[in-house]
Amino acid sequence: MPLKTIDDFSIKQLHILDENGKVDPDLEPDLSEDDLKKLFQAMTLSRMADARMLNLQRQGRLGTIPVNKGQEAAFCAPILALKETDWFVGSYRELGARLMRGETLENSLLLFNGWEEGSVNENNDRTLPISIVLASQLPHAVGLAYASRYKEEKDTVVLAMFGDGATSEGDFHEALNFAAVLNAPVIFLCQNNQYAISTPLKIQTKSRTIAQKAIAYGIPGIQVDGNDALSVYQAVKEAVDRARADEGPTLIEAVTFRMLMHTTADDPTRYRSDDEVTAWEAKDPLVRFKAYLMKKGIWDEDLQKQLEKDCKAQIDAAVQAFESREPFAPDVPFDHVFGTKEDVIEAQRARFLARLGKEKEHGQN
Amino acid sequence: MAKINMVTSLNTALHDIMASDDTVLVMGEDVGVNGGVFRVTDGLYEKFGRKRVLDTPIAESAILGAAIGMAMAGLKPVVEMQFSGFSYLMMHQLEGNASRMRTRSRGQFTVPLVVRMPYGGGVRALEHHSESKEVYWAHTPGVKVVIPSSPANAGPLLTAAIQDPDPVVFMEPKRSYRSFKETVDKEKNTFAIGKAHVKETGKDITIISWGAMMRDTIKAVEAVKSKTGFQPEIIDLLTISPMDVDTIVASVKKTGRCVVVQEAQQSFGPASEIIAVINDQALMYLEAPVRRVTMYDVVMPLFAREQLYMPKVSDIDQAITETLNF
Repeated sequence: MPLKTIDDFSIKQLHILDENGKVDPDLEPDLSEDDLKKLFQAMTLSRMADARMLNLQRQGRLGTIPVNKGQEAAFCAPILALKETDWFVGSYRELGARLMRGETLENSLLLFNGWEEGSVNENNDRTLPISIVLASQLPHAVGLAYASRYKEEKDTVVLAMFGDGATSEGDFHEALNFAAVLNAPVIFLCQNNQYAISTPLKIQTKSRTIAQKAIAYGIPGIQVDGNDALSVYQAVKEAVDRARADEGPTLIEAVTFRMLMHTTADDPTRYRSDDEVTAWEAKDPLVRFKAYLMKKGIWDEDLQKQLEKDCKAQIDAAVQAFESREPFAPDVPFDHVFGTKEDVIEAQRARFLARLGKEKEHGQN
Repeated sequence: MAKINMVTSLNTALHDIMASDDTVLVMGEDVGVNGGVFRVTDGLYEKFGRKRVLDTPIAESAILGAAIGMAMAGLKPVVEMQFSGFSYLMMHQLEGNASRMRTRSRGQFTVPLVVRMPYGGGVRALEHHSESKEVYWAHTPGVKVVIPSSPANAGPLLTAAIQDPDPVVFMEPKRSYRSFKETVDKEKNTFAIGKAHVKETGKDITIISWGAMMRDTIKAVEAVKSKTGFQPEIIDLLTISPMDVDTIVASVKKTGRCVVVQEAQQSFGPASEIIAVINDQALMYLEAPVRRVTMYDVVMPLFAREQLYMPKVSDIDQAITETLNF
């Protein structure tokens, strides 16, 4: 018998705004003026906060931080498609997304200055803390999604974010497969920023796209221009609508670029050229979104100045609050080892506090 | 001989063995073009090329699993887990296969590979970048666990680990990577897998440590010495498993007193095993209970608090003094 084709696959790519901010009118999402402004404000705050944090780190006022510049559309736009009651399961390079989910900037400053207290999002209890071990959060997203249906929350969906490097981990593949088989309402959003520390995408995977990895698991996959906030929003919105309607998970690849170092401990000049970075500068997500808003007549330079002033004030206030804060109690780590009071732990706490007391007496602290 | 730091000691050992043994190859995340995030593999890619220095996808389980295959086929892979906190993704390959293949096949297949991983606290890092979990590996029969403490022993022990016929987890105390320099005598190497190093001989008390805590231990010993003039015997464990029981027992029989210093959490760690060994073979020689100085049994705090929780020179000083005065 001759070979026959039993299935055909293709991967679509979505572009709505071009690099100059010109919109494709047929694809323009139905977003209100308020939402568009809200998104631009969030992206701008993220960009400015990121720059300030880098500055603080360089001054020794903050520990090692991941840097977010250039990916604001990829991580902010998806949040606009979520409800507060949806879950957000992130990685560690999505500052603006976390701010949109109600996390305070002071929290990020605390966390990256070595205080676990900065992991607590007091304004939203459906946002998980950052996840550092790549892809390890993705199976959690599946479990959260399954639990929402189990508990008959018919409307809840889960948005999970990760990077291109994470797609090599078993947890990524296992989570996609699990989500597909369980028909779990998860949106897997990959921020493909082209580099996993020094490792470029071409040696991370032989696949032409990350989106096509969805095909193997029998779920929809789409690639979008990750520096175009409208494309990212639209793809996520459609995936969210399907998930809410119990039509299963989706994989979205947002193609973007990490403009700076992996973390402040990294030196990208060792493994990539300035030319490559410069080429991506022309695709800046903020520049084109601003141009789009201006073309729509809902933004101008006065509003821009005011926004930057407001963001700066907000960042200043967060830095001020962070730097003037009293230290947290030293023995808090003993509080959270177990949910039960355990003698072994309490005996060690007592020893710890006695030692601290003695050191204070001797002026060692 | 020039003095070098631990990173250079390790890097030189890799350069040397790769030049002399073409079955040795290096693989891991960012180990090639970038030279490793701590630069331990710096220059290898340029010198030995991509066939022998592999920048891999981010997949720790596949990194070790593939290395097991390479090792069974006669190569000697040296894999890097970028941080020990990411190594648990390969644990099932280590526990389920690397450690068991010799036993499973009754020696037909062996797995001579090395898994290098930076570990330990005190470098103001993010979560998962500061733990000391040597006991996870040490609890696995068939896996050797080696922890160098200084430039002088790091390179020679890495070479020995690569030449060893079995899987070796080689944990590098990242706090010590660049904090001090020593000369490394390649001609007179006395370091071997399974051998502790008696750094200083003495009659009053045995003090055992390993990894980054060695430096703090020596500082504490110097402080107590200057006060009391006691003569300590200092043992640098170097190999966690299989443990050099003879050296420990002989020393404790001589001194009758012992303090063990470990960076890891208190419960179920190597210090517990050392004390059990002393209990088995030297109990009747003890003049005082064996003390251990450790971290507390809490999740390793982020760096705002880590110094409060890690064992300090003053803790070691106090334990030595109390054990001497018991």
